[in-house]
Amino acid sequence: MAESDGGQSVSGYIKHHLTNASVGDGFWTFHVDTLAWSIVLGFVFILSFRAVAKKATIGVPGKWQACVELIVEFVDNTVKSTYHGKSALIAPLALTIFVWVLLMNFMDLIPVDFLPSFAQFIGGQLGYDPHHVYMKVVPTTDVNMTFALSIGVFILMIFYSIKIKGVGGFLKELYAHPFNTPWLYWFNFILEVVALLAKPLSLSLRLFGNLYAGELIFILIAGTIGLWQLPLHFLWAAFHLLIIPLQAFIFMMLTIVYLSMASEEH
Amino acid sequence: MNINATLLGELIAFIFFVWFCMKFVWPPIIGAIEERQQKIADGLAASERGEKDLELAQVKATDQLKEAKAQAADIIEQAKKRGSTIVDEETQRGHSEREKIIAQGYSEVEAERNRTKEELRQQVAALAIAGAEKILEREIDAAAQSDIVAKLVAEL
Repeated sequence: MAESDGGQSVSGYIKHHLTNASVGDGFWTFHVDTLAWSIVLGFVFILSFRAVAKKATIGVPGKWQACVELIVEFVDNTVKSTYHGKSALIAPLALTIFVWVLLMNFMDLIPVDFLPSFAQFIGGQLGYDPHHVYMKVVPTTDVNMTFALSIGVFILMIFYSIKIKGVGGFLKELYAHPFNTPWLYWFNFILEVVALLAKPLSLSLRLFGNLYAGELIFILIAGTIGLWQLPLHFLWAAFHLLIIPLQAFIFMMLTIVYLSMASEEH
Repeated sequence: MNINATLLGELIAFIFFVWFCMKFVWPPIIGAIEERQQKIADGLAASERGEKDLELAQVKATDQLKEAKAQAADIIEQAKKRGSTIVDEETQRGHSEREKIIAQGYSEVEAERNRTKEELRQQVAALAIAGAEKILEREIDAAAQSDIVAKLVAEL
């Protein structure tokens, strides 16, 4: 497939695949592909589940309803076993994260050149230079996507901490822990702030790193070894099939854990 | 790996999806699930209750059947007893009736014989008197000799 790009070098091929389609300059750059795919997949989730919610019957469920209920019940059990407070937000939040991230991760299993080539073809027809038409189809390999999710979770963590423990309780947790002596408060504060900030950072970088690495290996296989890529693609896809739901589950699980930590008194 | 305004766009999308899920997706689905669970639990409890009721009813039916059988046997026994006593009583009554009828017959015959005997005695007395009259050839004052006649009659 690298050959089809017309004499492009391997590094050029890889670079091309790792560049987002962007609009704008500097900070106000928008990754159009990330936004489009993630929002489309978000709507796939929302609308397919909404279709069940609208006609939810307490009698014998249809096949699609049974499937949706399976996922909902799985998320509900996970939330109930981890988060002991009462909140109308945590469970839907966990469901949204799980299904949305799962769908976005699954974009990784679409052959690496399929959608980008299609986009290049359309771009060429519209009169653009095909070499400058970019398309990165896996939104979770964009650090903006994963940070958006983790920052959303981080805001909720702060919100729950303050709501349940009050501003004073939240601040006290930052400086009076783990050494409860006034002359070490400054040290506690540094430790706790680092720990607090590490949560969203690790949450987003874990998802980003796993998916980015997976995508990169698909691209490497596709870009370097010609026909032999077919069995290798299969092997890597089979392995990646484990990582995709695992990362979605870990992101959901850690979200619940962080929020339950935020809403519990120490 | 460059942070830019895409993050803001995704954050807004994220908030929207979570809000939509919380408002329109999660509550109806989880409500249906919980309601169905409740219904199934109720159904199971009802079936268990039904089974217990059935068992109880069976025990009761068996008891009643047994009782009815015992009662029927009792009634048959009583009827037999009563039948035999009626037969006994009737036989006895028949016997005594017979005895009575026979006794009556005897006494009637006896009375008839006594009457005939008396009559015969009277006639013999009259014959005796007539004979005596003829023997004496004279009139006997029947009234004056009546004590003798009575004596004769008594001797017969």
